Amino acid sequence: MASSSTAPQLKISAPPREIEREPLVLNQRSPGWISDQIAGIIEGKTPTWWWVTMAISLPIMLMCFIMIGYLISTGVGVWGLNSPIAWGWAIVNFVFWIGIGHAGTLISAVLFLLRQKWRTSINRAAEAMTIFAVMCAGIFPGIHVGRIWFAWWLFPLPNANGPIWPQFRSPLLWDVFAVSTYFTVSLLFWYMGLIPDLATIRDRCKGVVRKFFYGLFSLGWTGSNRHWSNYEKAYLLLAGLSTPLVLSVHSIVSFDFAVSQVPGWHTTIFPPYFVAGAIFSGFGMVLTLMIPLRSLFNLQDLLTVRHIELMCKVTLATGSIVGYAYGMEFFIAWYGGNPYEAYAFQNRAFGPYWWAYWIMISCNVITPHLFWFKRVRTNMVFVWILSIFVNIGMWFERFVIVVTSLHRDYIPANWSYYSPTYVDVLTFIGTFGLFMVLFLLFIRFLPLIAISEVKGVTNHADPHHPLGGAKGGHHS
Amino acid sequence: MINDIQAYGLLAEFHTPADAMHAAEKVRDAGFTRWDVHTPFPVHGMDEAMGLKDSKVGWFSFLGGSTGFTLGYLMIWFMNSYNYPIVVGGKPLMSPMFPFPVVYEMTILLSAFGAIFGMLFMNRLPKLYHPLLKNCRFKGATHDKFYVIIETADPRYSDAGTRELLESAGCKHMETVED
Repeated sequence: MASSSTAPQLKISAPPREIEREPLVLNQRSPGWISDQIAGIIEGKTPTWWWVTMAISLPIMLMCFIMIGYLISTGVGVWGLNSPIAWGWAIVNFVFWIGIGHAGTLISAVLFLLRQKWRTSINRAAEAMTIFAVMCAGIFPGIHVGRIWFAWWLFPLPNANGPIWPQFRSPLLWDVFAVSTYFTVSLLFWYMGLIPDLATIRDRCKGVVRKFFYGLFSLGWTGSNRHWSNYEKAYLLLAGLSTPLVLSVHSIVSFDFAVSQVPGWHTTIFPPYFVAGAIFSGFGMVLTLMIPLRSLFNLQDLLTVRHIELMCKVTLATGSIVGYAYGMEFFIAWYGGNPYEAYAFQNRAFGPYWWAYWIMISCNVITPHLFWFKRVRTNMVFVWILSIFVNIGMWFERFVIVVTSLHRDYIPANWSYYSPTYVDVLTFIGTFGLFMVLFLLFIRFLPLIAISEVKGVTNHADPHHPLGGAKGGHHS
Repeated sequence: MINDIQAYGLLAEFHTPADAMHAAEKVRDAGFTRWDVHTPFPVHGMDEAMGLKDSKVGWFSFLGGSTGFTLGYLMIWFMNSYNYPIVVGGKPLMSPMFPFPVVYEMTILLSAFGAIFGMLFMNRLPKLYHPLLKNCRFKGATHDKFYVIIETADPRYSDAGTRELLESAGCKHMETVED
């Protein structure tokens, strides 16, 4: 039978349209186009809006430093703290900023382990956001210790006070280790991702000064496959390490509250609830930053509507967890039968701070559920406005947890009301200035999308795809 | 004077990852040892095409993590129950529980150091000089081109034979790189 020796012609028909995935890079853009587009942002003229935003952000940042200077030179009395409410805006802002950071690590690490390739378009900017947010967060525990010149006591450093060391049973000390580890690992992960992209810019740029600095920081990267092999392994390991890290950081932040005995803080739901809230707020911030950048830099082919939609879905999922946690807290406050706990929660919703509680509920419980609708998720202006509500809601969540739990504790004679002073307010606004200055410098001098990673998810990068050069033949 | 310049190797340019991968398979099968493929992004399957073994970076990370774990417990034991014993809440001076969050973070921190510095060590980075980085054509390696380089130091290298091998692999451009 001569005909049996020839293999039957297998024809694979194209999948039906409705199960076809939308491409991650639109218009079949080639790897060369991707480097030109992203590196072009750094090489081109500085846009006017950049100067305008910088001119607004710089004085706001300076205001932050002036307020901190005033605080240090005068004392914590310039803040609105009083006897039962010894943790005010400083801790609220600390938890707020740390939470923002979590989305960056979720995108860079957790979505990498879950093989979510869409992360490549947003991971670089989100990781930068993480680092800058953690920097803003780190300011507050440092300055709220009061006598800031003793802030180094937070660290286990040898000292001349006899053999005396930090007390490791305190969750506040766990926090020092969690946050500093988080910052260091995030920075290293971000920098490692930047190495191949810095090499791309090194090989393109003209000026001697630029060539020197991009050359220095790209460490002599040549794109060698022997290097890529180790690089990819290190990337996988860092993703695997950052995942338990990011979950532990906000869990440990929540221990600052949960390990205490204050009603409203002393709950076991705090770690998962804080982590979900952190990712929720972080995605809110990523959306706030990425939607304008996408149009300002014409990145619609790289940061597609599908990317924004997927981020909205993560916001919806984590927002639902947060909403569930709010309900469960109340249930346990009643079911647990502890009168102090029950009072703390009634007081949250209907006490003197009712307004903060209901701002939190309306922003965090109602807002994400609008993302069930595709028409909402695909409307960029609407998504951007909703992302602002997420940011506001999550700040109020921390305010509700910190302030309402403290202001009425066990003895009514101690009860009080807390209001921030102008120093509290301006310091917090100032950290937005610091964040924006850092972020603007980042988008001006570093590639805001991971060039090599986005190239890797195109069809051009797939040796088994016709665009990647596959001839349809078999290779060993 | 031209004869004084040493050749570093033979550089062949390819335009698609599939071409570069087929070339790598040929070079691998020809038994070369001092050669490499340079790509703007990691190409899936290239490690097999080059015959590379699994990366050893994981061992550095493991070593870092074990150090962090041990060091963390030792530090806390030394500080809180040996050098300056302090009783808190009438609890034992040392237990595996209360140091755990700190030890956990230290394990992760040193594992991450192991991963990244192990990667840099295995790749011998940072490198201040590389002959390929002087080559104008090679700038495509971080843009959209794919290169196979065979070093003249390879025992199997011969001017004519190696050139023929790379040509048969379908390279688009070939040139000698100076050392």
